[in-house]
Amino acid sequence: MVENRPMVTLISHIVLILGVLTIAFPIWITFVAATHDAVRMVQIPLPLWPGGMFFENLEQALLKGIEGATGLGVGFMLLNSLVMALMIACGKIAISLLSAFAIVYFRFPFRMGFFWMIFITLMLPVEVRIIPTFEVVANLGMLNTYWGLSIPLIASATATFMFRQTFLTIPDELLEAARIDGAGPMQFFKDILLPMSRTNIAALFVILFIYGWNQYLWPLLVTTDRDMYTIVMGIKQLLEAAEQAPEWNIIMMTTLLAMLPPVAVVVFMQKLFVKGLTETEK
Amino acid sequence: MAQVRLDQIQKTYPNGFKAIHGVDVEIAEGEFIVLVGPSGCGKSTLLRMIAGLETVTEGTMSIGDRVVNDLEPADRDIAMVFQNYALYPHMNVFDNMAYGLKIRGLAKAEIETRVKKAAEILELTDEQLTRKPRQLSGGQRQRVAMGRAIVREPSVFLFDEPLSNLDAKLRVQMRVEIKRLQERLGITSVYVTHDQVEAMTLGHRLIVLNAGVVEQLGTPIELYERPASVFVAGFIGSPSMNFAAAKTADDGRTVQLGGAEFALPDGIFTDTADRDVILGIRPEDLTLAAGNDSATTMTASLVEHLGADTLVHGYFGTDRSDMTIRLGGFHHIADGDALALQVVPEKIHLFDPETEKRLG
Amino acid sequence: MLKRVHFGPSALPFILVAPQIIITVIFFIWPAGHALYQSFLIQDAFGLKTEFVWFENFEVLFDDEHYLGAFQRTFMFSILVASISMGFALMLAAMADRIVKGAMTYRTLLIWPYAVAPVAAGALWVFMLDPTLGIMTYALGGLGYEWNHKLNGNEAMALVVIASAWKQVAYNFLFFLAGMQAIPKSLIEAAAIDGAGPLRRFWTIIFPLLSPTTFFLMVVNVVYAFFDTFGIIHAITQGGPAKATEILVYKVYNDGFVGLDLGSSAVQSVILMGIVISLTVLQFRYIEKKVEY
Repeated sequence: MVENRPMVTLISHIVLILGVLTIAFPIWITFVAATHDAVRMVQIPLPLWPGGMFFENLEQALLKGIEGATGLGVGFMLLNSLVMALMIACGKIAISLLSAFAIVYFRFPFRMGFFWMIFITLMLPVEVRIIPTFEVVANLGMLNTYWGLSIPLIASATATFMFRQTFLTIPDELLEAARIDGAGPMQFFKDILLPMSRTNIAALFVILFIYGWNQYLWPLLVTTDRDMYTIVMGIKQLLEAAEQAPEWNIIMMTTLLAMLPPVAVVVFMQKLFVKGLTETEK
Repeated sequence: MAQVRLDQIQKTYPNGFKAIHGVDVEIAEGEFIVLVGPSGCGKSTLLRMIAGLETVTEGTMSIGDRVVNDLEPADRDIAMVFQNYALYPHMNVFDNMAYGLKIRGLAKAEIETRVKKAAEILELTDEQLTRKPRQLSGGQRQRVAMGRAIVREPSVFLFDEPLSNLDAKLRVQMRVEIKRLQERLGITSVYVTHDQVEAMTLGHRLIVLNAGVVEQLGTPIELYERPASVFVAGFIGSPSMNFAAAKTADDGRTVQLGGAEFALPDGIFTDTADRDVILGIRPEDLTLAAGNDSATTMTASLVEHLGADTLVHGYFGTDRSDMTIRLGGFHHIADGDALALQVVPEKIHLFDPETEKRLG
Repeated sequence: MLKRVHFGPSALPFILVAPQIIITVIFFIWPAGHALYQSFLIQDAFGLKTEFVWFENFEVLFDDEHYLGAFQRTFMFSILVASISMGFALMLAAMADRIVKGAMTYRTLLIWPYAVAPVAAGALWVFMLDPTLGIMTYALGGLGYEWNHKLNGNEAMALVVIASAWKQVAYNFLFFLAGMQAIPKSLIEAAAIDGAGPLRRFWTIIFPLLSPTTFFLMVVNVVYAFFDTFGIIHAITQGGPAKATEILVYKVYNDGFVGLDLGSSAVQSVILMGIVISLTVLQFRYIEKKVEY
């Protein structure tokens, strides 16, 4: 605190509170909408305060869906999203750890070549190669599978770079001491490197889980079979099916379901989440 | 326990830089050898070559009866204490010390015995064994690092500037502990430091390195009393030896510096008549003369009072080299005072101005 | 780059990098290369004959007014999203940096929208601005304004801009706040002693020192607007009405998957690749270097 100006502090708080409210407002409205019945949800003006239908709507969203849709709820989509997100997060972390270890700790031919190959993936988000990647996945028979949903997304460079950064900061003496103690490369990796990277791995897991859960374009392309849809796709399904007479209460409940796991992860693991974001953007 | 032999050891890096120019040393069993020198002189490189962390470009490295040039560190039966301790931060003290033994497949009971024994020697409590490194003080971490080396019961101990990261008081304390430890265990030790006080107090013999070349190898007192070169003379002793360009008299019995004259000792120096020399005198070897008729008078230019000593900076006659003398106790001396000094002739050092090597 | 202390060559490193390299080659490099190759070809309607035509496809595309329109729209869209969300975030971060107590609480309250999928964000806002039932439409109606983004192109664009910016504020806030908190307090104190008030201190000391963060966020926000907003467009406007919200990434999808014009889609993909590459190069070359004080 540089000067003691209570007025400025007060204004700051007010601005911040207004900011928080502005950001939170849409969520509030959504939550409210998810707690009313369909009838109330077509009466203007729509409600600003919650009703009592939360659990009924929840049940309907999970199991029954809405008129004009398939009559299936979105419960299974939650499962698909979960599997996909976990596969992406775990897969990415695993292969990135191995690659970063190899590139930082070994001198071998084509080392820099591999490094640049991995670097290139930073410049190729899935959106710029959708059709050819789709073709490859289709040719490999991976459409409509969990593998098809996750594998093409797990090789990108951000995780590898972050681990590389982490490994570079680990003191050289630890490897020397381990060598003198008789540890080979994989033993060093397992006993020393991995435990020391624990927080980074956790932080990255948080970020990647959210990234995986929220994937939209790629699952859209790769799944034609309704059973494989993810929850974020489910939102779009409902919006589409409801062109004429939207059942906003169910749509908003579905949206809440789609938002809940990632938001919960961010809120309960905030420290790790922030660390993950700031570490991967270096 | 084994002896260590370095035969014409050289090290050249891939970029062409020659770090070690040919070192020959035979370290006896149970000896405590200190590698000392300024930063960049190659002492750490040499140590790491003994350890196997750096490759030997030329020459033979032997530990015991084996030539170890191509052996991995783990196979050389050595243990190392690092400057930054290199403790595994996620393991507790016990596991840190046990790690090397675990990899070598020792039985759990044996591991526990060794760790407990080492902990006892190092005065680490059972409670400390369960702590992680970050919960320990610098001195405690240092002991754990040594413990890790002790439990291995190796042929050779290697120390890489282990006390550099400790504060001055702790350094003195740990120095004594290391010396006691080595005497108790009797394991051949090679110790690297840039601190000449550590070197002098710890080593049975010292190796002074300068830019990859061995300047002198000998006991601490040998290095102090008969330094082989200007470099060694200036490196050992603090404040360091005074050097000045001087000239010996025609009869070779005295050396002259700006009008002051110093008597040379008999039978020590050869070929000292009428030539340019580098004169070396240690600050502590110049004392106040009894009377006022000494041929060596120094004009004081700056006085420093340390309490136990007084340091006087000044010059002799017309010579303008800055000389320092150390007088015991407190002396009331002001700038500009003329001090009559005397020095025992045996304490005079002469060096060749070109080779900087000792004359005689 | 390579640690000073390392292992020598053996088969092991190859095995370690293999998974990532194999997946990279199969799913990244090969498809990207394929798209690049295809963009230089023309295929006849039956797929029987292919002809190598260099940049002709690109020329055709840039002559297409729909494409140019999409190009323009995308740039405008990204500028709007970036400036709105960064501006809002900067203000909030400045306020949060100012108060000593509670800054972290506000951070908790403000960062979670990062976890919201763009589709979900779109759903929220299209609900609030639904022409008949939306709560904000109702409020606007009360002020005399008839909102219908299904008919009005500009309103549709406004809707997607708001939905996109709303979500990004969290991310920008986080980095702005971190950037501000990294500025040594002594600099600010020195400025205060020199006589600068809070506003002047902000614009002459804090903001300039924040420039690495600002540039970095600009690139990230532009990339976000170009690519991550696909879900928003697809879910709520489908590029409409009348292509008013058709941005480049949506067009690639629409032309390729829905319209089945694979050739044009490939060419558009290549152009998008070029844009991402330039932005990434920009980020690494100029911005990463400036991050030191």
